[in-house]
Amino acid sequence: MAAASDLLRFLACGSVDDGKSTLIGHLIELTGNLPDDQRRTLEEESSRIGTAGGKLDFSLLMDGLMAEREQGITIDVAHRYFETGRRKFIVADTPGHESYTRNMATGASNCSAALILVDATLGVLPQTRRHALICVLMGIKNLLFAVNKMDRLDWDQKEFRRVEAQCGQLATALETFGLPSGGSTVTPISALDGDNLVTLSDRMPWYQGVTVLDWLHGLEPAAGLPHQEFRLPVQYVIKVARSGAGWQQGVSDKVKHGAGGTFRAYAGTISSGSVQRGDQVAVLPAGFTTEVTGIRIGDHPVERASAGMAVSLTLKGEHDVVRGDCIAFAGGRPEIANLFKVRLVWMHEEALFSGRSYVFRSVFGQASAQVTSIRSRIDLESCLRLSADRLELNDIGEADISLARSLPFDPYQDNRETGAFILVDRVTNATVACGMILHRLRRSENVHWHHEEVGRVERAALKGQRPCVVWLTGLSGSGKSTIANLLERALVGQGRHTMLLDGDNVRHGLNKDLGFTEAARIENIRRIGEVAKLMTDAGLIVITAFISPFRAEREMVRQLLPEGEFIEVHLSTALEVCESRDPKGLYQKARQGLIPNFTGINAPYEAPEAPQLRLDTGKLSPEECCEAIINCLNASSVGR
Amino acid sequence: MQSMSALSQLEQESIYILREAVAEAERPAMLYSIGKDSSVMLHLALKAFYPLKPPFPLVHVDTTWKFKEMISFRDQTADRLGLELIVHTNADGVRDGITPFTHGSRLYTDIMKTEGLKQVLNRHRFDMVFGGARRDEEKSRAKERVFSFRDAHHRWEPRGQRPELWNIPNLHRHRSESFRVFPLSNWTELDVWRYIERENIPVVPLYFAAERPVVEREGQLIMVDDDRFPLAAGEKPQLRQVRFRTLGCYPLTAGVDSSARTVADIVKELEEARSSERCGRLIDFDQAGSMEKKKQEGYF
Repeated sequence: MAAASDLLRFLACGSVDDGKSTLIGHLIELTGNLPDDQRRTLEEESSRIGTAGGKLDFSLLMDGLMAEREQGITIDVAHRYFETGRRKFIVADTPGHESYTRNMATGASNCSAALILVDATLGVLPQTRRHALICVLMGIKNLLFAVNKMDRLDWDQKEFRRVEAQCGQLATALETFGLPSGGSTVTPISALDGDNLVTLSDRMPWYQGVTVLDWLHGLEPAAGLPHQEFRLPVQYVIKVARSGAGWQQGVSDKVKHGAGGTFRAYAGTISSGSVQRGDQVAVLPAGFTTEVTGIRIGDHPVERASAGMAVSLTLKGEHDVVRGDCIAFAGGRPEIANLFKVRLVWMHEEALFSGRSYVFRSVFGQASAQVTSIRSRIDLESCLRLSADRLELNDIGEADISLARSLPFDPYQDNRETGAFILVDRVTNATVACGMILHRLRRSENVHWHHEEVGRVERAALKGQRPCVVWLTGLSGSGKSTIANLLERALVGQGRHTMLLDGDNVRHGLNKDLGFTEAARIENIRRIGEVAKLMTDAGLIVITAFISPFRAEREMVRQLLPEGEFIEVHLSTALEVCESRDPKGLYQKARQGLIPNFTGINAPYEAPEAPQLRLDTGKLSPEECCEAIINCLNASSVGR
Repeated sequence: MQSMSALSQLEQESIYILREAVAEAERPAMLYSIGKDSSVMLHLALKAFYPLKPPFPLVHVDTTWKFKEMISFRDQTADRLGLELIVHTNADGVRDGITPFTHGSRLYTDIMKTEGLKQVLNRHRFDMVFGGARRDEEKSRAKERVFSFRDAHHRWEPRGQRPELWNIPNLHRHRSESFRVFPLSNWTELDVWRYIERENIPVVPLYFAAERPVVEREGQLIMVDDDRFPLAAGEKPQLRQVRFRTLGCYPLTAGVDSSARTVADIVKELEEARSSERCGRLIDFDQAGSMEKKKQEGYF
């Protein structure tokens, strides 16, 4: 077998039990890529734990986790490798089960073609539609619907035509999401028996189209995006002292001592297009222009380089270029924005509501982000956008997103590399969504930040104090309002300028349109956070007294404020103590089932992990708590 | 424009992974196991940061049972390239006299390799650690991410891996959590040798066929590398022309009959090969789901 000339990545997907692992395993065997010892193991295991009757159970080649083999299902994506004389393949065998959709998306994001298995006896299922939709949304333009298990239908043409028509309808519906017309093919197969995998089956003489391998050989090589505009995200800045010697001669010592000036090269992998020595380029988001003076691929200098190559560039002049910056042609720059309309695949067990904030990450770096509104959810059955106020696990939908700073980007449909992003939870670090930028939202241009003639520092200085927010959080009855009132009285007594925000002055006014659902509680806290921020801009010491049960919202408020100005005080009084106090009789009503979503009884309270202060009012008096807070403020040099 | 060859694509992707991990790391390190995969990984690191030296140390967990030729190759390599080399041996295991002959391969690997590895990672608080593992080596590796999250106890949780989307890894972590990073994830054994041939990369001579003293144990050819090897009564090492497809601890790594004396011979042998690479690694077979269990405990 000679070295294969190019590389193609594809995935196998479809609903659970449609035969993906069997198909891939069998394809590997039929193309001569299964070593003898693995074949012996397979024969032994097939007879012992196989589910293919007397035949070889090829799925055992793929399902490598113990739990997978025990349950006979695929949990996570497996990558397998095989080559034919024509081409080398990397195949991602993805799980069909709905709960593992995020693992399927992992497989799809880097592939250029998708093999979608359809069980001929069941036809197109909701999960088939979900997978096909995710593939197309992620920019895959080649789909093969492999209609499997034809052996169980006696190789019947009529049955195949029925499923073929369903696949055709699905493909047409997917055209509105970017599948080119003619981008899909339908083939009848038997993954178990090998029919139409590599050679045309004589058991289905009525089918004279392509085999699975024909299709894989016929696809255009995935050469990255060589014809798009040039984009290089700076991944790493290589700094070396300028000297004649190579690095072997202890160049790193010279770097430390700064001798002989500094050589800087900007390393990264070209996302799209190509670049040549002498090209005029812009560095974004800063926006200055300069010239490419040198290009290296590894240690090797070259005149030009293109998409997919890991290069380092040197630029004319001394500049401040950092990781995440975008190098593009001066005459072909990407857009820069902080408000986008996006598509999201929601991957977390907790539903997404508008208002929540996350970390946004793309090849151009990261920024604090807020999902400002959920526009729609895509219905899998109809492929239509339906209005929605939340996205549940595995939902696909459209939303508006707002970043704390502007980043370069291209719409995903123009550039798969620079239009993609993920959202990360601040507290758990979980990847909660993957997303594709549709376009920027123009609103950001109209809402210019008002240039402030008088700044927050000046306003605070006039009051002779350092503003901050003292955020009291805890269960109903833990003493938030009592302590907040005492604290404000004490601070005013010291001549401080303060403001107290609590349920009485917020719920009855600014937030009287909000109820107590999870979404409304998030919005409630968001508004309070914004108001508190404006008041600190005005120079005030703000005290808030809200249950604020969710960690994510408290974290969102912390992010709104300058470092150190958010003082989180957790009143950690035990539930039984709070319930025995029950100042407004609310616990009693909640116990009787009269109040839904009552924190501590039938709605969760997420205690802070690292508050500035934790005070148990079951053990401390309100006066002692108040004193502890004032000591804390003095120690942290705010609120003074 | 002509597209890159498959081998060049793999090379460029690996360089991307190396750079990304180092850019996000506070204390990166490379687990250098001296084998062909480590040789390729190190070669890629030299390219990724050129003209800078790779900005991390090499770490070797020495079980004291490696082939002699591996140890001299390791020291020469670090010396030639001027790289920092951290060698660690689990002193507790040495004190307790743990050997593959006396305690069985499973306990031995657990103590001398996995425990030794955790000790050195903890001591230096490394948070991004490169390893040369490839997905085609073993079925549970085929399931692992390129950037593989480890909790504070170095454990791998195969059922809850972070999704890995596009070229945007989520490397967010709390204190004492870490990542194992596998730049060669998508390479096959054949890719590795084709690349060694193309780039003329030095490897340990044990990979090439030569007359070596071996004994046959349960159908496997084990090399008698020093006089610690307990020979059975009447057992005498035979000289046989063998080479090694993978290199580990010598009592646990079987040689194969081969006449491949050059890299080109090896590429040719593999292109015609009918058996898989780790068939000579005894520790892969010492319990059911063997590698997955070892990995959950923190093995690479």
